Amino acid sequence: MVAPATLRVVRCGGSSLHGARAVFSADSKYLLCASGDFVKMYSVATEETLRVMGGHADLVTGIQLNPHNHMQLYSSSLDGSIKLWDFMDGIPIKTFTVGSKLLALYALASSEDSVFAVIPKSGERDTFQLVSVKLTKAAGQDLEARELSVVLDGVDASPKHIAFGREGEYVASVKEVNLQVYFFKRKQLNRFSVSTTKTKSGNNHFTCIACHPTEDCIATGHADGKIRLWRNFHHKKEYTFSTLHWHHDTVMDLAFSVEGTSLLSGGVESVLVLWHNESDHQKDFLPRLGSAIEYISMSSDGALCCTLHTDNRITIINSNLRFCKSIQGLIKSTDVKTGLVVDPRTKALVLNGEPGHLQFYCLQSDQQLFSLDIVQRQYIHQAGLNQADLVKVAFSAQGKWLATVEEIEEESDPELQLKLWFYDEETQSFKLNTRINMPHDGHITDMCFRDMDELEEDSLILVTTGRDCVFKVWVMVEDTDPEAQQSVSWSCDFVGSYHNYQATNCCFSEDGSLLAVSFEETVTVWDSVTWDLKCTFCHPPGKIRNICFGRLTCSKYLIGATDYGFLCCWNLLSCALEWSAHLNVLVLQPDPLSEHIAAVSWLSKESSLFVFKPNEPRPIYIQRNLCKEKIQLAAFVPRDEPETIGSEKYLWLRRSQLFFLTDTQELMTLSTKSLEERLTPSSKQLAVEESLPVTPFSLLLGKHRRQQSQEGTDLGKLVVHNKHEQDSPAVKELLHTPAHVLPSASFLCPIFINSLLISKENKSAEEVVDEVEMESEKTEDDSDEERDVTEMEQEDPSPVELLGEMTCKLSKAQEKELRKIRKIDYSWISAF
Amino acid sequence: MGEFEVHRVRFFGLVPAGVRCLACQPRGGRLALARTDGAVEVYNFAANYFQEKVIPGSEARSVEALCWAAGERLFGAGLGGDITEYDLARLCPARSVDGCGGPVWSMAANSTGTQLAIGCEDGSVKLFQVVPGGIQFERNLDRRKGRILCLSWHPSDTRIAAGSIDILRVFDVCSGQTVQRIMVNYHVQKVKRECIVWSIAFLSSGTVVSSDSFGRVQFWDWERGTLLESHTISTSAVLSLAVSEKEDSIIVGTSTGATYQFQLLPVKMGSLEKRWVRTKPFQHHTHDVRAVAHSSTALISGGLDAQLVIRPLMEKMQKKGYDAALRKFTFPHRRLVSCARKARLLLFQFSQHLELWRLGSTNETGKDGEVLPLCRMPEHLVQLKSKGPEHIYCSCVSPCGSWVAYSTASRFHLYRVQYEGDSISVKKVPKVPKLLLPAYQLQFSADSGSLFVASARGSVHVLQLLEPGGCKLLHTFRPPSGSPEAVYLLAASADGHWVAAVSGDWAIHIYNLKCFKHHCAVPAYSCAVTALAIHPVTNNLVIAYSDQQLFEFSIPEKQYTAWSRMVQNCGLHRVWLERDSPITHITFNPKNPSHILLHDVYMFCVLDKSLPLPDNSALLMNQSTLKQLPENARQRQLHAFKICKKFQPLLFADLLDENCLVMVERPIMDVKTQLPLPIQQKKFGT
Repeated sequence: MVAPATLRVVRCGGSSLHGARAVFSADSKYLLCASGDFVKMYSVATEETLRVMGGHADLVTGIQLNPHNHMQLYSSSLDGSIKLWDFMDGIPIKTFTVGSKLLALYALASSEDSVFAVIPKSGERDTFQLVSVKLTKAAGQDLEARELSVVLDGVDASPKHIAFGREGEYVASVKEVNLQVYFFKRKQLNRFSVSTTKTKSGNNHFTCIACHPTEDCIATGHADGKIRLWRNFHHKKEYTFSTLHWHHDTVMDLAFSVEGTSLLSGGVESVLVLWHNESDHQKDFLPRLGSAIEYISMSSDGALCCTLHTDNRITIINSNLRFCKSIQGLIKSTDVKTGLVVDPRTKALVLNGEPGHLQFYCLQSDQQLFSLDIVQRQYIHQAGLNQADLVKVAFSAQGKWLATVEEIEEESDPELQLKLWFYDEETQSFKLNTRINMPHDGHITDMCFRDMDELEEDSLILVTTGRDCVFKVWVMVEDTDPEAQQSVSWSCDFVGSYHNYQATNCCFSEDGSLLAVSFEETVTVWDSVTWDLKCTFCHPPGKIRNICFGRLTCSKYLIGATDYGFLCCWNLLSCALEWSAHLNVLVLQPDPLSEHIAAVSWLSKESSLFVFKPNEPRPIYIQRNLCKEKIQLAAFVPRDEPETIGSEKYLWLRRSQLFFLTDTQELMTLSTKSLEERLTPSSKQLAVEESLPVTPFSLLLGKHRRQQSQEGTDLGKLVVHNKHEQDSPAVKELLHTPAHVLPSASFLCPIFINSLLISKENKSAEEVVDEVEMESEKTEDDSDEERDVTEMEQEDPSPVELLGEMTCKLSKAQEKELRKIRKIDYSWISAF
Repeated sequence: MGEFEVHRVRFFGLVPAGVRCLACQPRGGRLALARTDGAVEVYNFAANYFQEKVIPGSEARSVEALCWAAGERLFGAGLGGDITEYDLARLCPARSVDGCGGPVWSMAANSTGTQLAIGCEDGSVKLFQVVPGGIQFERNLDRRKGRILCLSWHPSDTRIAAGSIDILRVFDVCSGQTVQRIMVNYHVQKVKRECIVWSIAFLSSGTVVSSDSFGRVQFWDWERGTLLESHTISTSAVLSLAVSEKEDSIIVGTSTGATYQFQLLPVKMGSLEKRWVRTKPFQHHTHDVRAVAHSSTALISGGLDAQLVIRPLMEKMQKKGYDAALRKFTFPHRRLVSCARKARLLLFQFSQHLELWRLGSTNETGKDGEVLPLCRMPEHLVQLKSKGPEHIYCSCVSPCGSWVAYSTASRFHLYRVQYEGDSISVKKVPKVPKLLLPAYQLQFSADSGSLFVASARGSVHVLQLLEPGGCKLLHTFRPPSGSPEAVYLLAASADGHWVAAVSGDWAIHIYNLKCFKHHCAVPAYSCAVTALAIHPVTNNLVIAYSDQQLFEFSIPEKQYTAWSRMVQNCGLHRVWLERDSPITHITFNPKNPSHILLHDVYMFCVLDKSLPLPDNSALLMNQSTLKQLPENARQRQLHAFKICKKFQPLLFADLLDENCLVMVERPIMDVKTQLPLPIQQKKFGT
């Protein structure tokens, strides 16, 4: 195992779930979805994330079930590799290195040993080609797949712009106003185009394409909301198309049902439309899906379909167009105005979610916990409309109070509302306590609670700073209004200002006795009891961008970052500048559980991280070139239990983890673990099942078979049967261990078979062990004979008896043996 | 182009009648069209869809169905209960036979054109034998209650499918028995509305296609009586349906004005399984599409908004050209307005009356494009109502304005109009000579002294007009070789020497009026003549053909002029040749002999023979660009065609004097307001 020598920046969930069309497993029990660098597997029944399959070094751009083995999955990535996974076990089987960026992946049942991928054309910018990649059958895990043959030139990069026709007879690709269809057998390429006329509702560029599964019919979606159904396209001239029109804006994706009798379409209207029989007049709708539909995919049995939405949501919809399940990831709003805030109660990351909502995002499970409607107004999807938006959020120390600020952006005077929410233990949610209209005359720039854990509740103070050159202190008062439902409400207690400068930041010291408020170039320190101005600091020129107090042993220091690239540390006792450093700090984030303060700087197109303690001017950790994007926000999230970190350098990561959000809305974190370690399969074990859809026919057949098997003595059937009964834990473990990590069958066989035997009552445990050892020797000689013996042995008891008594006749020694084997093979896989 | 004072006339309240039915001549190049007022028109595909023949309607005669039988014979049947055969040479109903079954709703001819089947109000389907000189009743098929709204023969002529209300039936022609009845609304549960089968087609494969008032197009297996496919294409009724001759394409028309094409397409490449797929929707009409037809290269639809739309099938086109463009015809291809130049009067012809208007006048002058205030408003002088149910064939006002003549199918009227100050007296001229009626075209001579009457068999009558109100027949010209077709266009020379006549076989004969004898015939050209006129100075005959060619024929020299030969050698501009509508009127500027003024529905053109012809690379409609050029550059850009598209749709244009034009427009919006309200449809965003 590699020693954790370096600190790596990793995308930690929250990445978009709509990188590619999602894929249902063959039995429709699992949903596989590309998410950032990972492939995620969800349970359709429980919405739970079952597996995160990582290994790609860049964004996953396409996933496809292996058409020849429905338990395997191909995934392609921008890192130029195609991986074949056993998704039931989450184990990569093979990695094919292609060499160039892969932008989309298609797998066909008809092509035995190749898949199709979209790669950039070498030498030309923004031109792409569809190639077939020959996947070599050679042994070994890492293989080269350099054998590419170009199928189509001049295709679009989007995976939605290429579709394969029935039985892989043809491939159709759209780009701008052109449709090209290539017939593999005849090697004929037909090109069609639609007129480029711009209508009122937009242009008629192609946006997506889908092929009918059984007929020669291509459905294309257009930017003006039309869907065209092309037929007869093997004729260059006598081709024809019909038009379906319901969408008023771009058709984002199309999918045919399994039989091809109906067509699903979706767009920015957030409505899933089901077209029956390609008729303009027979259609059904599933409206109010929340946000624009990005991808639609159908399960292979047609029972379910799923839509991926732009706000990182997966909606699973059943075949009669009823909403079934939804899986919500991190919603990426265009502008995270609230910053990254950690909810002290749930340790969830809190930030802007849907418009006007606050989302609570659980980092561990990469799922949204809940969404709190703050604005409580209908959101109208319309360009150019000023919407009320959430701009500031603050939690009190225990998470009991939540303060939010929302504003409607107007040119001259913004409409502001400060809301205070009380956590209701009964309903387990936040309840609106006080609403303050226009708390300031200008934008609110910062807001904080007095963070005093040990003090009783009435000492809770909220401070807001505004562009109207004041800061205001809000306190709880007894509500005198007899009609009010609650006993307390919030009101303004003190208004402070300093030389009519705009107040920009505020911060309480750890013990709550001091309040620091920055007014443009000056930091003022106030006594939080008497509201006297204690002292001021400034470091001209440059306005104060961020301030924070030091914590624990460093609580006598106040840190400030200025516009002109200075990081200053003032000593509150001596009222003097302790040290300053030249650093263009964008984000200044203190760790709530230690003295460490993280500063992220932006210099010449790269972000760098500096971690320091205020008492010493030398940073304890520097990471240059943290990432190429500008980091906007950061937050320390306390760990559930302190992590054991070997290196002295990374001790600051022991108690909390640093998360940061880039301007491309990607959530990243720092990890000391190596790549392999992060990839260990999750502890959850999936039941091994024949992953085939159960049809009424197979049920009928199964019933018949079961009767047969009960009569017969077929060992395999019996084993399958035994699984349904409550097994001994050893057998269960043996069955649940993935096949490829088990030792050789000849080694396991005697133990397993012995476990199936009904031990004689007079036989002691010692004897059984002896027998096992003896038999294991024998297996090496001849295993066939061995099986014969067992079959013979099994003939004596009646089958019914066998089923009943199979349960716990395994000796302790045997269990131990099996456990040992399991331990061995785990080390064997980790060595891989 | 020259500057003109233009009378922009918009008081011609013509409302064309809606299209009721269409019939494509099988394997032929003609399309018969019947309008709701009973008029029957024949369009010639070969002559650029020129409206070749018009048989004006009659109040007493409605046409519900038209069909071609026995080659070129056209039959119509209507709610009067008669089956009428039309005489396409004499342009009048030839003979009628009573169907004896009440109003006739539908009629269809079998594939060989030997038998006609009619569907009547009383629910009977009757067969008629087409015999030379008429039709003969053959027998009745099995009669049930409910009017038969549509009929279709199986191509083998052994079975007939008939659509009625809620039901469609298949008859065996030999036995006359109903062999299949299919309830059409069986599949619509809980709907008490009756389902009207508006149109039906029997395909050779045994499939019956029906369109009904529930907006469905359904495909039935007639033998089993089962539904093969059902396409709901509209929320309102599907009124009409037509199948191509190859039976691979169907056009249907709906009451919302939309038409749809269905195509029989292979489900998979190379497989024999085919399916009907609704492909292209078209929205050319605003009102009910009562009639559709499917020619081999185009989809044709006619609606109650009086439009005939010809939508070519691009995939059947070999090259881009005249045939590959969408055509819409709303107004007739002939002139309904005549102008008394000297008296400044306009005579408007409606289906059953005439209106005589005096043009307004102004004293003011202004710059280009200015609207001048009128000092005298245009005045409606006289309305002449024709008596009887027959519609007017043609009408004319003399250049002096004192004579007005019109003709119906059986009568010819000549009126003497006298103006005494503001009062007007109209006196019918008694004792008009007995002529061979109807008259197809009337033309007064330039001096208003005589009237030329175009008549059947290629003959032209010359009537001398006598003061104070009388007339006598001077002479009747007949083409020397004889002709079965009627004369439909006349042109008289200004000096009173010549008259030119065009008959239905497109032969142009020129007669000498001084010695009353046939002068010569213009060399035959294989296209319909749409307009002709004799130049007042040079006595050159200018002829416009429906393929947009222009010829100039010198009458004295009996040959084409040098200019005309030059035009034929150089060829006309491509844009000119691809124009939509035929030239309907030609006139001349006597002050400027090299100018020819011509117009169609969409443009007015001054053709200057003294200027070079444009080649295909030049801009044909260059008037607006010319205006912006400096003088010397303009001289280089000038070409013979000076086109003005300001007045649309233009029904008539004439030169009153050397700098005064009259333009008669009929804005489409004005026509639309006269039509009943279309079906209300929800439009997105309204």
